[in-house]
Formats: sequence, C-alpha cells, structure tokens
Amino acid sequence: MPKLIVKRKSTFIDMTAMSDVTVLLLTFFMLTSTFIQKEPVVVATPSSVSEIKIPETNILSILVDPDGKVFMSLDKQEDKANVLKLLGKDFGINFTDKEVYDFSLQPSFGVPIQNMQEFLGMPSGEQDRLMKDYGIPADSTDNQFKLWVQHAREVNRDLVIAIKADQDTPYPKIKNIMNTLQDLRENRYNLITSLKKMPDNA
Amino acid sequence: MAEVNTDKGKDDGKKGKQKKKTVRVDFTPMVDMNMLLITFFMLCTSLSKPQTMEISMPSKDQVTEAEQTKVKASKAITLLLGEDDKIYYYFGEPDYEHAESLQQTGYSPAGLRDILLERNFDVVRRMKELKLKKLNKEISEDDFKKQAAEIKGSKEAPVVLIKATDDASYRNLVDALDEMQICNIGKYAIVDITDGDKFLIDNLKSGGELARQIARSNPKK
Repeated sequence: MPKLIVKRKSTFIDMTAMSDVTVLLLTFFMLTSTFIQKEPVVVATPSSVSEIKIPETNILSILVDPDGKVFMSLDKQEDKANVLKLLGKDFGINFTDKEVYDFSLQPSFGVPIQNMQEFLGMPSGEQDRLMKDYGIPADSTDNQFKLWVQHAREVNRDLVIAIKADQDTPYPKIKNIMNTLQDLRENRYNLITSLKKMPDNA
Repeated sequence: MAEVNTDKGKDDGKKGKQKKKTVRVDFTPMVDMNMLLITFFMLCTSLSKPQTMEISMPSKDQVTEAEQTKVKASKAITLLLGEDDKIYYYFGEPDYEHAESLQQTGYSPAGLRDILLERNFDVVRRMKELKLKKLNKEISEDDFKKQAAEIKGSKEAPVVLIKATDDASYRNLVDALDEMQICNIGKYAIVDITDGDKFLIDNLKSGGELARQIARSNPKK
C-alpha cells in the first residue's frame, strides 16, 4: 500500500485582503455616521412619513420626556456659554468662568437656574443621575424655559427650533410648550420624528 | 503584496547558496484592531439623521376681523383627538342637539385615512396625476412643487381643524398631522379645543343623554 504522504503546509493565511476590507468599512463608518448625542432621558419619537432631514448646525433642540420634563440642548459651545450668562443676569446669579466653561461642555441641560451653580459643582457621574429628576421649569408660574429660548434666540439668530418629544407625552404638556413658543413668536419649528414608509394607496 | 519575495528566480534546487527568504508581514493584529474600531463606530454613532416635520403655527397677535380667514362650513372637517387613540370628527358646523353628528374612528388606515381620502377625493386624484407626470419626467421638480401647492391650496380642498383634548398624547397629534400629509391636505390647523367640542364628546359618550337633559330643562325655545 502506498503511503499517503501528507505534505506539511504552512497555515499562514494572508490577512492583507481582510485588512483592506476592514479599513474600507472603517472609513465608511467614519465618514457617514455622526456621534450619538448623550441625552438625559430616553425618548421614543413618534413616526411619520415626513422625509425632511434636520439641518446639522444651529439647532436648539427641546427634549420632552413622557412626564413632560423639559431638557434643552444647543450645538455651539459659545452659544451655550452666552445664554447661561444672560440667564444668570436675569436671576442675579453670577457664574464664574469655570462654571460657564463647565456648562458649555454639557451635551444638554435641564436644571432650574437656582440649582445650576450647585449642579455644576458636582462630579459628572452625579450630574447624569440628577439631571433626570430636574428638568427646566416650564409652567406659567416659573417659566424658565421661555427665558432660555428667548436668550438663545438673542444669541444666535439662525437657530432652528426642534422639538423632540416622547410619543406618550400627554398633549397638555406639548401644548404648553407650543404656546410658550407662540408667545415668543417662534411660529415655525420642527417636530423630530422617525421615518415611516409612505403608504402606497395615497 | 505584503510579502516581500527576496528570491530572484529559481536556483533549480541548488543548495548551499542563498536561502529562500520570504518576508511576510502578519496582518492579523491589524485586522483585529480594525474590527475593534469598526465595532466602536457601529455602536457609538448613528447613520441616520432624524426626520422632522415642519409646522408653522399662527402667531398669537390679534387679527382683525377682515384679516381672518373664514372657513367654508361645507369644506371644514373637525377632528377631536380623544383618549385611547380615538378620534371624533364632524363635518361643517357642530350639531349640539344630535349626538350622532359626532362620529368616532381610529388612527388605522381604514379609519381616519379613508374618511379624509374620500373627502379630499378630487385633490388626491389630481395629485396622483401630477405624480405620474413627474415620474414620467414630463414636468420638472420645481413645476411639480408649484402645481402641487396650487392643487392643495385650491378653494375646493377641505380644511381640517385638529383639536386635541387633554387626554390625547403627542403621538396622536403627530399621527394626525401625518395623515394630512398622506392625504394631501394642504390646509390644516391645530386649534385649541372649545367647551362646545368637549360637550359633543361627552354627549356622544352618554348616548345623547346630555342634549336631551338640556332640551328638557328649557323646553320652549
């Protein structure tokens, strides 16, 4: 019987092609995607057939959670700093440069202005935890939300207002926000929704 | 590619000369690292930008009687967004005496959409024709937009008033606005709910009992 001679083959697999593919994929992801903004509350937006994309810069986004708590975020750091200074003036609070700087680094804000200094002094882990419980007061007795929007508009005229609310938010809360915006003559704004397919029969 | 072959031509098995040397670079760690980076990007970024719906609300400034746009009663549809994803609707003027004038539907395609499509039949038909024309490249994008706006804004098109009760949720509002877009309704407005509308809903729920009570309490009128 002839002996079966198994040739010893090296198991070296050429990874060059694989590496090429992964680098391509990586480039694709880096170029097309945007980083997810950290938001204090998780919001499930309702879906709509609207296909308009939101602009990338100059957005004042208003986040409304199912309980009606309001959070806001501005995308430019200097805007945030200026708005905080203006609001501090209204309430007679002087923010130190460090506080203003810390504030401008926050991805979103939602703390009553009275608690702001105390809040900014906390370590960031604590801040994330506490932010959920605060929210910007937006009722008629203490409408800080209105002041925030007003000052944001003063600081940056090109702001686009976008409301991102949870689908289970009761309507009165939304109405309150819409009415406040109407008071400020902000009559055009966007509602952020997720995409739903347009039905064919229409 | 990554391997540098240093032997130049075969030496026909002659030994003792230069050894064949291949300098191969192992790319496995590189691939590992890339995979890690890709995973990171996939988890921490989002590809899709959020969609938005643009709405413009009327300003709160006082409008004089002359400036106010009166809605033709026969063209008006009023939607009352109620609790538990219910919609109550009536056409034209509210009828406080008959509970049946207020009808109830839901957000499913067979509900609100059918009603609106039926009411908006003419506009929907013309829009379909227009879309077909655009699909066949008979008209340009700009022309399409202009004509679409014209059709939607025509005098015969219905006007929808959306009134949300306090029991409605934000999703109800967005769904209702969405239906406007699907059904090609150009003229719609979000209006505050009135006491009359609330009465209509209560009346319907009680099966017309409220209206009868009122009729009984002041009989000769």
